This record gives sequence, C-alpha cells and structure tokens, in this order.
Amino acid sequence: MINGMIVDKSYQAVTGRMGEIINKAMGVDYSKYERGGIVFDYEALMNDTGYSLEDHIRIQRQFNVGNTPVFELHNLTALARKCAAPGKGARIFVKDEASNPAGSFKERRAAASVYHAKKMGYKGVIAATSGNYGAAVASQAAMQGLKCIIVQECYDSKASGQPEIIEKARKCEALGAEVLQLSVGPELFYEVLMMLEETGYFNASLYSAFGIGGVETLGWELGHQFMDRYGRHPDVVVCANAGGGNLTGTARGLIKAGCPAQVVAASVDLKGLSMASDQQFNRKSFTTAHTGFGVPYATDPDHSDVPRSAARPLRYMDRYVTVKQGEVFYITEALATLEGMEKGPAGNTSLAAAFALAQEMDQDQIIVAQETEYTGAGKHIQPQLAFARKNGIELLFGDPETEIPGTNIVFPADPRLLKARDADLDHMKASLIRRQASHATAALTEADVAYLAEETKSDAAFVRKVLETL
Amino acid sequence: MAKKNDWVRIHRNVLEPAERTGKLPEDTKKVPLEMWVKGRLQNETAEIGDQVTITTCVGRSEHGTLIEVNPCYDLNYGAFVPEILEMEERLRGALFGGDLT
Repeated sequence: MINGMIVDKSYQAVTGRMGEIINKAMGVDYSKYERGGIVFDYEALMNDTGYSLEDHIRIQRQFNVGNTPVFELHNLTALARKCAAPGKGARIFVKDEASNPAGSFKERRAAASVYHAKKMGYKGVIAATSGNYGAAVASQAAMQGLKCIIVQECYDSKASGQPEIIEKARKCEALGAEVLQLSVGPELFYEVLMMLEETGYFNASLYSAFGIGGVETLGWELGHQFMDRYGRHPDVVVCANAGGGNLTGTARGLIKAGCPAQVVAASVDLKGLSMASDQQFNRKSFTTAHTGFGVPYATDPDHSDVPRSAARPLRYMDRYVTVKQGEVFYITEALATLEGMEKGPAGNTSLAAAFALAQEMDQDQIIVAQETEYTGAGKHIQPQLAFARKNGIELLFGDPETEIPGTNIVFPADPRLLKARDADLDHMKASLIRRQASHATAALTEADVAYLAEETKSDAAFVRKVLETL
Repeated sequence: MAKKNDWVRIHRNVLEPAERTGKLPEDTKKVPLEMWVKGRLQNETAEIGDQVTITTCVGRSEHGTLIEVNPCYDLNYGAFVPEILEMEERLRGALFGGDLT
C-alpha cells in the first residue's frame, strides 16, 4: 500500500511505472532531454545536475574522497621493457584509487549522489550493485548521515555465491547498509524499482549524471598530477570498462584538464558466458570490468536503471582492448610480488592491458592504469581461484590466447604472452548506430545523423555508411 | 529457537519461474528469483523454516522463511592455490633472473 492505494507489484506493472518511479526517486524528468527523432541532449543532462566539476571536487574533499596518489611502477616497467622491442616500453603508472575510504574509485560516483539526496530531503539512498559501488554508497551514506539499501545479484540457484560479491555484502553491512541479495537475473532492476517505491529513497544509480560527473575528478586529477610532477601529460590512460561510467567520467575530466591522452577501454574477455545464466554465473572469476557488461553497455547504454544513461563510453573511447582472466590474475600477482602492492584483482584489468600496451610505446612515453581497488578475504586472487577450481575450472600455465571462459584460466607461462587484444570498435559503433536508428519512428534527419556521430565519436560519413546497410 | 529482536537472515522467492521475464536464458527461466536479507525478528519466537517478519537495519519490514539466527560471514582466503606461488616465482625469475629466453 502506498498512500492508501493498493499497488500492483507484478513485474509488468512495476516496470511500467519506471518513468514515474525514477522521476520521484531522482528528481530528474528524463523526458525533458528528448529532442525529437532519436536525439537526446546528453550535455543538457550532464549540466542540469547543478554540480560543476569544482562542486564535485569540493564535495569529494569534504567527504574524504579522491586526491589519490599516482605511483610509478618501476619493476613492472622494467619487466615490460624486457619483453618489448629495443627502445620500447613506456613508463607504467597506476592511480591508487584503493586509497579512497571504502577502497575504490566508485566513491567518486557515490559522493555527489548521496550529497544531492540529502540536500533534496531524501531519507536514504538505494543502489543496485554487486560491486565496489555498494561499499562506496554505503560509506558515503554513513558519512553524510543517510540510510542505505544495496541490492546485489549474488547467488546462483544453489545459493552458491562468488566470494568477491559476498565480501562486498559484508563490507556494505559493516558500513551500515541493508543488503538485499538476489539470485541471478536482470529482474534486479524490478526489485530496485519496488524498493524505491516502497521507501521513497533516492535512486543512487550508477548511471546518473551525478555519478558520472563525480568520476570527472579522476581524469581532472590525472591531468594535473602529471603536469605538476613531470611537466607533461600522460600519453595513454587505460580505463577498465563495464557499464562505461569509469571511462566516460575519466575522459570528460581529462578533457576538462586539457589532457590530450588517448583513452583506452579494457575489459576481461568473458566471451561465450551468458551473464544472465544461472548455471554460468559461478563459472566466471570476474564479476565486473568484463566484456559481458562492457560490450552491451557500450553499444546500448540506455538499458540500465535510468531511462537515459550518463555513461556513454563510445563518445570518448579511442580504442577498446580485452585481456584474459588469467592475465589479470597474473598482473595482480606481479603487482604484489614485484611492486609490493596487494590490490584487488578486478581493479587490475586496466593494469594488465597497460603492461601489454606499454610495449607498443616508446620508453619516454607514459601510460596510466587509472585505478586500483581494495583487497581482502573473498576479494583476492587466492579465494577467487580456489572458488574457480572448486567449480571445475582448470587452472594452468600456457598461452592465455587459449583460455576459454568458463572452462579454464590460463596464466601466461611467460610475461611476453600477456597481450592486449583489440576489440572491433567500429563494429561496436555500428551496432550502437543500428540499434538507435531502429528506434526511429520517422526517416532520420540531419540532426539524428549528427547525434549518432557524437554518440560514436565518429562523423556523418561513418554514420551514413552504417545506415546504408540497414 | 529464535526470539523477538534476534538478528536473523530470511529467504523468499520474489518471482516464481512462471513470473520471470521472457528475455532469460533457459536455465534461469526454470528457477525462481530468490532473495536473502537480514534484520531483527519481529515474531515472539520462531524456528528455522518458519515464515517470519523482520525489520531490516533501515527500518523496513520484510517477510520470508527463517534460515539463520546470528548469521555469520564465512569468508576466507580459500584453499591454497599452488599456481599463485608459481606465478610469483616465474615473475621474479623473469625480472631478476636474467634475460628471457
């Protein structure tokens, strides 16, 4: 019952009320950004939050987020140079986002959402996440004095859960949040809508403009840290890519800092595994930063818990590479044993790619993996690999090229076998164009074509060529 | 036996298989969407397996089957994985043990 009315809680009824629920739960009327045809005014959505980059920096400083250090990884650089052709092997850096209060860059996404929720008079916040974002929202809610509910996809139908996700539940509860755990399935968003309707809390969506605006500080800091310390910009910034918010926010921040670095997306290759499959849920060893999220969210950003996502990575991506699960575990171990830094595995997706990409670059160039994440019981290579083995996944040394997600994990027998494999970015851009064009109810206009070019960091000629194939 | 205000964990099916959305893999369609949550027991007393009501830490009321009283985390670092030690040895060898061959 809400306001004395009997509310239909069936799946169809609740998802049918999505626009209305989100409007109430965020104070954002997404329909006002629609511009006719298929065009949606992305910059208006981003600018309408009322929080500038300076506001995000101020809020993050107030609540102990950001301003994280950048470390040069001398030994990993030396190892990359041993693997590379003479003169090759860029200097490898990492931005230690694990030093945020709850252990990841996600607090940049959480801070303004929680701040705004409080300012607007909401009593609590809700977020749908099995990842670090839950801990981030819980931490910020604790700091800023709001209640918090985290909704997690956690178990398969045998109630077996990924150690990494169970650790995230523990951390969220330790930080005072209610954690609602669900079995596998995209109906997680239905549960979130019901929670929002029931509690009247704020939807701290990962895909809100507040969240993505918050990540801009990461790119902005990177731009300034390198100028301050080395008098130059980094040449390449590698961002782990799942829902696209990390890359989108970082790239926007780099642009605002005047940093011309190439922005590379990196995802763990989980090709062949269905993300919504009950039986395959525990056959993967990465629950985020993988292609199962990275590719569908890049090509179809608007299928999240908000009508229009502020995470639109194809607008900013210069290149998209994939790495294998075995390679990320390997680089995680390398970070511990060669650099003395023990960090969570998934956060090292970008570092694994950076290690390979550095070998294509000159020695005087700079490449940055823009995050680390915390580690601990459950969320660590030992329990994750032990869990994989328990689930029948074979662990072996060899050429990671032969890794089959869900069947084996192949650690590089030799560091030269760690590769960053180019994904077909043009194919993804074409896929986005085709998908959005299919929503058109009339013939596409010049404005539609210009919009699609912006959406894909391409040009009108590219868009038209794709449209001709329809 | 659990008493009122004990910290407990409950379980409930949110959607039965027939109520799930059409866009699911076949294996997922066959199983319900399940939910687990913790809170303080509102029944005067209850046994494991009873239908109960709880109040979560944010003050929300939930109902379901009582499955655990004083639920604990059984997280750890898992069984020893010898390949991790081997990775360490190979990495140190690759960097400090002379040229790669």
